[in-house]
Amino acid sequence: MTGRVFALLKRDLARLLLGGRGGGALMPVLFFLSVAMLYPFAVGPDAPLLARTGGGVIWVAALLAAILPLDRLVEPDIEQGQFDQWALRGISEELVIAVRVLAHWLSFGPPLMLATLPAAALLGLEAGTLGIVELGLLAGTPGLAALGVTVAALTAGLRGGTALAGLLVIPMAVPILIFGAGSLAIGGESGLALTAAASLVLLAIAPFAGGAAVRAARG
Amino acid sequence: MQDAKIAIRDLACRRGDRVLFRGLSLALNAGEALQVAGGNGIGKSSLLRIVAGLAPAFAGTVEREGAIGLVDERPALDTSHALGDALAFWARIDGTSENAAQAARDRLGLADLLDVPVRYLSTGQKKRAALARLIGQEAPLWLLDEPLNGLDVHAVELTEAIVAEHCAGGGIALVASHQPFRVEGLQRLALADYAA
Repeated sequence: MTGRVFALLKRDLARLLLGGRGGGALMPVLFFLSVAMLYPFAVGPDAPLLARTGGGVIWVAALLAAILPLDRLVEPDIEQGQFDQWALRGISEELVIAVRVLAHWLSFGPPLMLATLPAAALLGLEAGTLGIVELGLLAGTPGLAALGVTVAALTAGLRGGTALAGLLVIPMAVPILIFGAGSLAIGGESGLALTAAASLVLLAIAPFAGGAAVRAARG
Repeated sequence: MQDAKIAIRDLACRRGDRVLFRGLSLALNAGEALQVAGGNGIGKSSLLRIVAGLAPAFAGTVEREGAIGLVDERPALDTSHALGDALAFWARIDGTSENAAQAARDRLGLADLLDVPVRYLSTGQKKRAALARLIGQEAPLWLLDEPLNGLDVHAVELTEAIVAEHCAGGGIALVASHQPFRVEGLQRLALADYAA
């Protein structure tokens, strides 16, 4: 069984992190950086303003970047019959989804945290703020990954599924965004714990909700 | 190979609000092969999916002994990967030995295609790759949905020979096809007889 889990994880990472034609992890990171770069152009080079609002911009950019790979997360494997083949081999949809959440997080969480360093420099964030943003992303991105995979499974096979998935993820990511960005306020450190709590809830639900969605899509 | 058996009792299949067939009973024991014949849309693929446990039966029961290998119109190979990598993934999942995997690839004429991304392969080449995966799976129950689609004359004969060997080795093959399928001792079932 362990061998199968590693085989699944390796394949998922090859698809999501290195990603053939989809661009892999590079696209969300470039998207994230370009948003961080555009923001000073839009609001002007007022350093105190940028430093005060930059953390929130990073959070919004991270949320939007997490939406980009949604269409590649679940749907291709339903269309090409992989889920059927796994089911015949006794590999449950829940296991596949759990592995996929991990692979999805690895392919966008750590890269975004790395990209936050240059983004913070662009926005002129202070070291203390940057530290809290990084901690917040560490706590929040696993939840975004779980949410992304769940919603991708729910919308797989629907017409306009990708656009719908993006629309569904945004409201459900609000708790993570509020607590994560809220932790940047003075005395808001407890927000980090709440971000992590929201992440854990989503992580706990994702395999079962996603697995049930894949089975329902089989029809 | 473990004991193989398929027993279907009084099976009915519904798609949407139409019942496709009902009252279907059959039993297959080790070494037997059955072709389900019939026109398009009569429920051949649905029957195979019900037997595989991937779709619910409208009525009746299906009993199986042994693992199931399925080849249908979807090759379940990653389109962006090279064929060699896509097959290697399934070999790891199925625990196929490298020798067995290579023997299957060579036999199906895939040796020269291993570097080619799956999306550039033809229908017949993908079908041959799916057969190589099926052989590597070493499942006693084979469910083949239109296995000859897209195959050339040589590959058709090869597929028939592979199915014959599988049954000679104690396996079961349930083949859904509207084309003639030539395997010695092949039983036939006209699904139209059970149309509701």
